[in-house]
Amino acid sequence: MSAFPHEVPLSWYLLLSAVLFSLGVVGFLVKRNVITVFMSIELMLNAVNLSFVTFAHQWHAVKGQIFVFFVMMVAAAEAAVGLAIIIAVFRARATLAVDRIDLMKL
Amino acid sequence: MHLILFVIFAGFCLAGAINLLLQSHPINSALSLIVVMTSLAVLYLLLGAEFLAAAQIIVYSGAIMVLFTFVVMLLNAGREERTLGSRAAFTVGFPAVVAIMAVLATIILRAQGLGVASLADAITPTEELSRVLFHELLLPFEVTSILILIAILGAVALASPGHGYTSDDGERISNK
Repeated sequence: MSAFPHEVPLSWYLLLSAVLFSLGVVGFLVKRNVITVFMSIELMLNAVNLSFVTFAHQWHAVKGQIFVFFVMMVAAAEAAVGLAIIIAVFRARATLAVDRIDLMKL
Repeated sequence: MHLILFVIFAGFCLAGAINLLLQSHPINSALSLIVVMTSLAVLYLLLGAEFLAAAQIIVYSGAIMVLFTFVVMLLNAGREERTLGSRAAFTVGFPAVVAIMAVLATIILRAQGLGVASLADAITPTEELSRVLFHELLLPFEVTSILILIAILGAVALASPGHGYTSDDGERISNK
């Protein structure tokens, strides 16, 4: 049992966070549906939250976790407003494809 | 044990995130994102952030993703269509993302003094978290609650039927 590692280096958590963030960026660039683009933004927020929690663990700091809590609250507000905007855009344009909602004016 | 749990749930995270990209239907992407967020909650728990693990499940996997799936179903979002713009995003975006990834990985792997996480580590008690939150950071907390209130009002104002224009003639939709 002693040969089996019981601990995980924190750099693995940070690497996972970096990979998730990059996947979020890829989704943001590649996806053509505005809801999925928004979901990719949420994925990026989550990836950054993971690195916040990792550093809070590293420095034994509570404030890192509190920052994640604030990010979550702001993300909830952002999701509510963003989805309301998507609903308003859909009502005006009847489409969700980002290529067709590229003008500010109607 | 920590390693096994980390590998399993990091694998779930990556699989969910990749599946989010590969699926062409938004509802499948939303469900994969729920998998990602729930696995992240387990990773938070492994890092000793028990309150955040609970908040992640309640706020993200619960509230936010329910909102997403609700909007996907409300707008009857179908399969996404691929256009010329997506090809430009492919050609320009992927090298940029690979560069970002490479820079981040280099920085992380070269960082000195990063510790390790194991199951023996102390879990941050919620009591300690709330003591800091309600003593030192009470003002930001209250400001955030006002922000959420404004966001709710804004969401209601934006999504209410009287708002916006119709797609065909630019005429304002009447309040029914």
